[in-house]
Amino acid sequence: MSTIMSTITKTSINGGEFLVKETEAKDIFIFEEFTEEQKMMAQACQDFIDTEIHPRSEEIDSMKHPELVPSIFKKAGDLGLLGIAVPEEFGGMGMSFNSSMLIADIIGGAGSFSTTYGAHTGIGTLPILYYGTEDQKSKYLPKLATGEWAACYCLTEPDAGSDANSGKTKATLTEDGKHYLINGQKMWISNAGFADLFIVFAKIENDKNLTAFIVEKGFGGITMNEEEKKMGIKGSSTRQVFFNDCKVPVENMLSDRQNGFKIAVNILNIGRIKLGAGVLGGCRSVASMSVKYAGERKQFGVSINSFGAIKQKLAEMAVRTYACESLCYRAGQDIEDRMDALAAEGMPDAQAKLKALEEFAIEAAIAKVHGSEVLDYVVDQGVQVYGGMGYSADAPMERAYRDARISRIYEGTNEINRMLMVGMLLKRAMKGEINLFEPAMAVSAELTSVPSFETVDTSELFAAEKETIKKLKKVFLMVGGKAAMALADKMESEQEVMMNLADLMIEIYAAESVILRTEKLVGMRGEEACQPQIAMTQVYLFEAVEKIQTAAKEAIAAFTKGDEQKVMLMGLKRYTKADLVNTKELRRQVADYMIEKGKYPFS
Amino acid sequence: MKILVCITHVPDTTSKIQFTENNTKFDKNGVQYIIGPYDDYALARAVEIKEQLGASLTVLNVGEAETEPTLRKALAIGADDAIRVNSFPKDSFFVAKQIAAIAKQNGYDLILMGRESIDFNGGMVHGMVGELLGMPSISPVMKLEIEGDKVKMAREIEGGKEYVDAKLPLVAGCQEPIAEWKIPNMRGIMSARTKPLVVVEPTADAVVTDVTSFILPPAKGTVKLVDKDNVGELVRLLKNEAKVL
Ligand SMILES: Cc1cc2nc3c(=O)[nH]c(=O)nc-3n(C[C@H](O)[C@H](O)[C@H](O)COP(=O)(O)OP(=O)(O)OC[C@H]3O[C@@H](n4cnc5c(N)ncnc54)[C@H](O)[C@@H]3O)c2cc1C
Ligand SMILES: Cc1cc2nc3c(=O)[nH]c(=O)nc-3n(C[C@H](O)[C@H](O)[C@H](O)COP(=O)(O)OP(=O)(O)OC[C@H]3O[C@@H](n4cnc5c(N)ncnc54)[C@H](O)[C@@H]3O)c2cc1C
Repeated sequence: MSTIMSTITKTSINGGEFLVKETEAKDIFIFEEFTEEQKMMAQACQDFIDTEIHPRSEEIDSMKHPELVPSIFKKAGDLGLLGIAVPEEFGGMGMSFNSSMLIADIIGGAGSFSTTYGAHTGIGTLPILYYGTEDQKSKYLPKLATGEWAACYCLTEPDAGSDANSGKTKATLTEDGKHYLINGQKMWISNAGFADLFIVFAKIENDKNLTAFIVEKGFGGITMNEEEKKMGIKGSSTRQVFFNDCKVPVENMLSDRQNGFKIAVNILNIGRIKLGAGVLGGCRSVASMSVKYAGERKQFGVSINSFGAIKQKLAEMAVRTYACESLCYRAGQDIEDRMDALAAEGMPDAQAKLKALEEFAIEAAIAKVHGSEVLDYVVDQGVQVYGGMGYSADAPMERAYRDARISRIYEGTNEINRMLMVGMLLKRAMKGEINLFEPAMAVSAELTSVPSFETVDTSELFAAEKETIKKLKKVFLMVGGKAAMALADKMESEQEVMMNLADLMIEIYAAESVILRTEKLVGMRGEEACQPQIAMTQVYLFEAVEKIQTAAKEAIAAFTKGDEQKVMLMGLKRYTKADLVNTKELRRQVADYMIEKGKYPFS
Repeated sequence: MKILVCITHVPDTTSKIQFTENNTKFDKNGVQYIIGPYDDYALARAVEIKEQLGASLTVLNVGEAETEPTLRKALAIGADDAIRVNSFPKDSFFVAKQIAAIAKQNGYDLILMGRESIDFNGGMVHGMVGELLGMPSISPVMKLEIEGDKVKMAREIEGGKEYVDAKLPLVAGCQEPIAEWKIPNMRGIMSARTKPLVVVEPTADAVVTDVTSFILPPAKGTVKLVDKDNVGELVRLLKNEAKVL
C-alpha cells in the first residue's frame, strides 16, 4: 500500500516556487501522458480543422463571405468544441483544465480561426463562468457553450491599451434605477462583427476601477466600424465598437461594481496560458511542413534536407516547440491539480478555479511570452526553409508568418507580461507567499565563500543537467536579490533590468520543464527510444544557459559597480559553468529523426 | 431494426508502409491507425439511419486488443455497442466466417461494410458474408435509403450508376457519398467510455490462404523532360524505357 501511495502522490508546488524548489520528474505532467480519450478529442479537433478550415484558409482570410466564419463557428459548436471548459450543467463538456489546453493547442493550428475560437471560449465566455450569478450563468452559458451565440470581450479603447484600467467608457444609472446606459468606444475587438454577446468594461461615475457588464447585441445602441485591415489573422473579425446609450439592465452587471479590472486581469491569466498552448498547433504544423518541403526541394542535385544549415533549422524548430509543450502542460496540470485540491476542500467550483489560476499567474505569463516567441521563431525559420517560396503568398509559410505576429501583442504585450511576472514574484515574496529571501541570502553568502569542488555523479541520466538547473536558479536569486536591494522601489523604472530578470525566469522554467519531461518519458519508454528527446533536452539547456548568461550580465552591469560587480560576475561564471555539448551533432540527430518520420514527431 | 457495421483498423493513409521478417510481416512501428475510410462512410450512414428511423447499432471488428481504440472511436461516432472477435484477421474468408457467426447469433437486419479495406483491399468480405448468411450482398453502394423493409440503393458501375432495390436483411459494401463523413463530437467521445465493448473468441475455422511475401511498389523515378519539338524521342522513350507502347 505505502509503495503504491508513494508512486502516485504528487508533491505540490506553489506558483513561482520553481525558482527556489526542486521538482521531480514524477511530479510533472507530460504530453505523452494524455489518455486515449483525450487523444481522440485532439484528433477530432484536428479532423475538424483539416476538413473545415484548411481547405478554405484563403476564403476565410478574404472575408468576402461574411457568413463563412460564423458557419464554421457553428460547426465547432456542434462538435462540442465551444463548451470544453463549461460545466455540463450549463450545456458544456466540463472537461479538465489540461484537456482544454490540449484543445486550444490543436486549434492553434487553425490560423485566424484560433483567434475567433480563443476570443469566444476564453475572454468571451469565462467572465460569466467565473464571475456570473447562477441566473447569469444559466441564461448565457448554454448559448455560448453550443455556439448558438458568439461572444466578444470589450476592454481595449483607443487610449487605453496596455493601461487597460484607464478606459473612458461610462456606465450611467438611469433615473428609475433599472438600467445602466453605456457610452464609449472600444477598439480591436475580436469577433465583434458577428458577436451576439459583449463583455463590456466601463466606469460608473468617477470610479477608479472598471466595472464589467454582460451586454446583449439586442439591447441596442451598438454600432461598429468596418473590419480592421490587419497584417495577419485576417479572417478573424476585429472591429471598433461604439456604445451609444446602450441600455443594460442592472442585473447584467457582472460581479461587483469596480471589480471589472480584477476580472480583466484574472481572465487574462487564463487567456495567457491558453495562448501558450495555443501556439503549439501552429508550431507543429509549420515544423512538419518544413520537414516535408526540405525533403522535396532539390538544389545542387540533392534534397535541401541534406544540408547542415537546413537540418539546424528543422531541429531548432523542434527543440523550441518541445520546450514550449513541456512547460505549458506542466503548468496546466499544476493549475488543474490546484483547482481539484481547492474544490476538494469545499471551495465553490468557480472560486477554486480562479484561485488556482491566480496562484500560477507567473507561469501563465511565462507560457504566453515563451510560446509567442517560439512561434515567431518557428514561422521565421519556416519561411527560410522554403526560400523564395516562403515569401510567396501561394505557399503556406507566408500566412503562417503573418498570423503568428499578433501573439506577442494581445493578451498583454510581451513587455507587459515580462514586467508582470517579475512584479508578481516580488509581491508574492513581500507577502511571504514564497520564500525568496532566505535562498537569496544563502546565495549571497555562497558568493564570498570558497566554491565547493564536489563533483556530481554523472552516471545517472540528467544528473549534470539538473545540477546546472540548480545553479541557474542561483543566478536568478543572485541577480534578482541584488536588484531588489539596489533598486528597491526604483525597480519599476528600470524596466530593462526587469526584462532581464523575466528572461532568467522564463529560461529556467522552460529548461527545467524540458529536462523533467524527457526524464519522465525515458522512465516510460526507456533511454534507447528517447534518443532524439535527450538530444533536444541537451540543446535546449545549452541555449538556456547562454541566454541566461547574457541577460544576467546585462542586469549586473546595469546596477552594480566595482568589487560588487566583480564578485557577481565570478558568481555568474561559477553558476553557468556547464560541460560543452556538441550542438551540431545533437541537432543533426534530431533533424535526421524528423526527416525519417516526415514531420514534427514528438507529440 | 438492428444494424451491424463491420470496422477495419487500418494504417492512416499517410503512414510509411514497411515490412519486416523477410517481407512477410507488416511493420507496425510508428504507424497511426484509423477506421477504414469506407467503413467510416458505412458507419456514418448507419448513424443517420439510426437517427432517422431508430435502430440499435453495433460495430464489429475481427482483430487483436490493439484495435479497441478504433472501436471506441466508432462508439464515439454513434454506435451503441461494440464487439471484438479476438483474433488476428488471418484472411478475408476467416474474417467473413467470424462476422457471419456473430450475425447468425444476433440476427441483424442490415449489415454495412466498406466497399473494401484499405490495407489489403480485398473487396471480398461482404460478398462472402452475404453468401454465408444467404443474404443479398451489394457493393459498392453509394446511396442507400430504407422504405419499410425495402432498401433502395445506387451502385457505382463502369461508366454509370445502377439502381438496385432489395429487401432486408442484406449486406452492403459502402463508399462515399453514401453519407457525410462524421467527426465524433466531444460528448460522443466522453460517452464512448460507458458503452459496452464485448470481446468474444473466434470460431475455430481453418485459414485457407497464406501470404508468402510482400513487395513494395518501385520507388518513383525522376522525371524526364522531353522537348516539345522532339516527339520522336518521346516515342522512343515510351517504347524502350517505359515499355508502355
Ligand atoms: C488583432 C487584435 C485583436 C485584439 N482583440 C482584442 C479583444 O478581443 N478585446 C480587447 O479588449 N482587446 C483586444 N486587442 C487589443 C490588445 O489587447 C492591445 O492591442 C494590447 O493590449 C496592446 O495595447 P495597445 O495596442 O494600445 O498598445 P500600447 O499599450 O500602446 O503599447 C505600445 C507599445 O508600448 C509598450 N508599452 C505599453 N505600456 C508599457 C509600459 N508600461 N511599460 C513598457 N512598455 C509599455 C507595449 O508593450 C507596446 O510595445 C486586440 C488587438 C489586436 C491587434
Ligand atoms: C496488420 C494486418 C496483417 C494482416 N496479415 C495478413 C496475413 O498475414 N495473411 C492474410 O492472408 N491476410 C492478412 N491480413 C489481411 C486481413 O485478413 C484482411 O485485410 C481483412 O481480413 C480484410 O480482408 P479484405 O482486404 O479482403 O477486406 P475487404 O473485403 O476489402 O473488406 C470489406 C469490408 O469488410 C469489413 N472487414 C474487413 N476486415 C474486417 C475485420 N478484420 N473486422 C471487421 N470487419 C472487416 C470492412 O467493413 C471492410 O470495409 C492482414 C491484415 C492486417 C490489418
